[in-house]
Amino acid sequence: MCGIVGCFLKNDKLRPELGAMLSEMLVVMTDRGPDSAGFAVYGDEKRGKLKMTVQSPRGGDDFALLERDLVGKGLVEKGGVRVRDTHAVIELSDDRESAVRSLIVEGYSAVRVMGVGRSMEIYKEVGLPKDVSSRFGLSKMEGGHGVGHTRMATESAVTTLGAHPFSTGEDQCLVHNGSLSNHNNLRRSLKKRGMVFETTNDSEVAASYLSYRLKEGDGLEASMEGMLDDVDGFYTFVVGTHNGFGVLRDGIACKPAVMAETDDYVVFGSEYRALAVLPGIEKGRVWEPEPSTVYFWER
Amino acid sequence: MTKGYDLSSGSLRELNANLQVSAENLSRQIPGTFGEWRVENPMGSHALAVGLSGPLLVDIEGSTGYYCGGMNKGASIHVRGSVGPGVAENMMSGRVFVDGDASQYAGATGHGGLLVIRGNASSRCGISMKGIDIVVGGSVGHMSAFMGQTGNLVVLGDAGDAFGDSLYEARLFVRGSVKSLGADCEEKEMRSEHKDFLKKLLEDSGFGDVEVSSFRRYGSARNLYNFDVDKVGNY
Repeated sequence: MCGIVGCFLKNDKLRPELGAMLSEMLVVMTDRGPDSAGFAVYGDEKRGKLKMTVQSPRGGDDFALLERDLVGKGLVEKGGVRVRDTHAVIELSDDRESAVRSLIVEGYSAVRVMGVGRSMEIYKEVGLPKDVSSRFGLSKMEGGHGVGHTRMATESAVTTLGAHPFSTGEDQCLVHNGSLSNHNNLRRSLKKRGMVFETTNDSEVAASYLSYRLKEGDGLEASMEGMLDDVDGFYTFVVGTHNGFGVLRDGIACKPAVMAETDDYVVFGSEYRALAVLPGIEKGRVWEPEPSTVYFWER
Repeated sequence: MTKGYDLSSGSLRELNANLQVSAENLSRQIPGTFGEWRVENPMGSHALAVGLSGPLLVDIEGSTGYYCGGMNKGASIHVRGSVGPGVAENMMSGRVFVDGDASQYAGATGHGGLLVIRGNASSRCGISMKGIDIVVGGSVGHMSAFMGQTGNLVVLGDAGDAFGDSLYEARLFVRGSVKSLGADCEEKEMRSEHKDFLKKLLEDSGFGDVEVSSFRRYGSARNLYNFDVDKVGNY
């Protein structure tokens, strides 16, 4: 069991509320996943700039050293590392990504890159969803769309890296409720095609598959259609891309899913309870996504 | 007098305990004595109004989560919203009315009583039904009435894939299309006794104006009741 929430705003006036909406929904889903929680928020972006979210169990100390190093080498401007608890967001120019990555990999063994994007920031930790949400200040975050996950671990250990969302491509993330049965085979085949894996987690394989298909030039819809053929097991996936938000359930559809759409937003919840806390939900159309059917919204 | 309970300030556990005690007490009163409860702000709560074993009328003013009205025995529960998975699961008797839609396995394993869903029901509606009557105003999803033993499933809309798979003696009535029939399920003749029965059931369910001749009946071909190695590919 796990809990998923997601929100895609149709009305930009709600952008300052996105984090608060996600946070409330996430906390309601604690019963479905008290082990860990995580979320990705697609917020403001700056032309020519990337945001790299990194994590270190040592938090601020590592990040202070890292910032000094990055600034010293001219890779990042002063003040370009924004710390939130065990995570930090590094703002860097487009062309500096590989240099920053190498510096981290070579010099900072405790620091992990969680994700990179123009607008996406990604945060995840072990612990109760309400604690994870408040440690990172989710309720104050702004943005156009976001996804969140509360985890009850089944296929791999309860660790920060095993928490969702998984980000395996620029501005891409995936959350999963279920368990996959062909992830080892699929991981091998994706590795041969050059994809890199951080964990032994099954959901990371699904994220990587999607990133691979998107990298090959398939759109979000075609990539998600491909998952129906190539990813085996139980799943409800919610994915985020730079400008989109998608939902997919396997053909058996035993993992729960409820969606609602109002004039202002489209939302996803593993249970209706997660949606019931949202403003204006009573005016929304509520439905259960069909099995083996791709749902997506793009702006 | 109707008793009220607001779940935005009260606790689900306290509400269920109150309902269960109230139902139990009423079950010992003169037949025809009913108690009335009105539940506000259900907010998708799970296991709401479960295990009621007496003549209680419960009005739920909104949508609920998993297992609403589960194990019901004699109570009449009206949900003025939609319900999550497993509504009226293992109902013994009584009624559960849902104004909106139902998620998966609505009425699963029900032994008796009447479940009416005015909207659509999702996958596995009536799975392993054992005597319950289920009437769905809209459509039902895949694997509905899977291994249904007795009782009746009436669908005013369409049925999804593998309808009535591995069916025993439950009777299925569908007004719209059936996407595919499951193993050992077949269409059967709609005789006058079926029409009479269906007319009464539709009236009881608030669909009295629906024409019974527009339904088709499905049931078990009775070929897979017992394991037969020659038919192993069909199970």
